[in-house]
Amino acid sequence: MLKSLLILFVAVASTPVFGADLATVRVETTNLQGPRVLEEQTSKAVIRDYLQAWQTLGTALQQNRTDLLGSSFVGNAKDKLTETIQQQVSLGLSTRYQDRSHDLKIVFYSPEGLSIELQDTVEYDVQVLDHDKVQATKRVSAHYIVVMTPAEVRWRVRVFQTELE
Amino acid sequence: MNLRTAFLIGGLISAATQVVFAQSGSLTLPKTVEAGSAFSISTSGNGKSTLYIVGPSQVLKRDVQLGETVTFPNGTLYNSGHYLAILSGPSSAENDSFDVVSAGKPANLNFFAKPSRLQVGLRGGITGAAYVFDAYRNLITAPTAVSFELSGPSGTVQRRTATTKEGAAWTQMDSTPQQGTDKFVARVEDLTSTRIIGQVPGDPCALKMSASPSGKRVKLSTEPVRDCSGNAVPDGTIVTFTEAYSGEQSTVDVPLKRGVAEVEMPAHNGAMITVASGVVLGNQIRWTGK
Repeated sequence: MLKSLLILFVAVASTPVFGADLATVRVETTNLQGPRVLEEQTSKAVIRDYLQAWQTLGTALQQNRTDLLGSSFVGNAKDKLTETIQQQVSLGLSTRYQDRSHDLKIVFYSPEGLSIELQDTVEYDVQVLDHDKVQATKRVSAHYIVVMTPAEVRWRVRVFQTELE
Repeated sequence: MNLRTAFLIGGLISAATQVVFAQSGSLTLPKTVEAGSAFSISTSGNGKSTLYIVGPSQVLKRDVQLGETVTFPNGTLYNSGHYLAILSGPSSAENDSFDVVSAGKPANLNFFAKPSRLQVGLRGGITGAAYVFDAYRNLITAPTAVSFELSGPSGTVQRRTATTKEGAAWTQMDSTPQQGTDKFVARVEDLTSTRIIGQVPGDPCALKMSASPSGKRVKLSTEPVRDCSGNAVPDGTIVTFTEAYSGEQSTVDVPLKRGVAEVEMPAHNGAMITVASGVVLGNQIRWTGK
């Protein structure tokens, strides 16, 4: 009985579950490229806004709402996510993304202060729905490269793509 | 065999059947695909199925006949990212993942430069950062050479070369001694991106005034005010004249007009008159009525 419960626990623990759980975040301090000093306040703001961008992405792709993207994404990243949502709408799809853990490094702060580049080894759950029918649910690990630029009151994601580790 | 054992065996058979169904439609993927390139996914099994390719940057859906190879022509999947491929049939689903990587050839350049306007003669005063992208606006993370060139108004050129690290390269340049317009260019292969930077004169380098009688007053005027590189300091720059006499002091702030500052102050014999602008102090005159 105990063994069965243990197996059940392991099975549940490794199955992606979508909920309001907060992702775990680990930030690694690195030697930055470039001459500009990254103040702690700036670094915290960048990480806060990046994690918020994952929430925005999750909601926008789940609800197929392009209007949500502008709060966290700009430029290339916004254009590509907008295109994805438009494709999802035309195909009758929606996707749920829930980030589970982030392993973050800030690698570049441009000398003029107009861009910051991060690397993130992120674990997330993705669920694909076709006309509201779940087609697959999977936990994914990917290495993201992210460029953020400052806007009026926050940092926005300008480049958001994975690269091979 | 009791009822409990029968249920157990039934459950095992059911589970085994699911595995068989799952294996009845399987897919074979490339590990990586270059953005915008043609690729194919082979399937095995019988019957009809739906193939989904899903990532945050792009989504595709195809009806497939199991056992056939699904081909995707050039330009179908072009956004870098990690993609999930799902083969979903009426009774089973298989999935696997693959990566789309940026195409190697640079096709776009993002160039941030700052400031758009600065004083002449500042060491390391002009900075720029460049990000290199492929034709599908994917960041190219492979090291790429970027050259930066700053052309000053007098024709002087500063050049720097940098190699991108994780897609980014940066540089610092000095503003030149002459006021005017600089062209700041980032170049990767045959791609260029240009920013215009205005160089304005610096603070006054020296101030010299002269005094002459004007009725019951003394007329004070500076010589044309220039920065340390010889550029005329812009009109509107404030010059302060101070007159001290019998323990009292009067001060007048005057903006430069056509390069000089002029003012009339009360003429007191023995008054000490000084001139200053910012942190620069000019000459002193003791007024003796002449």
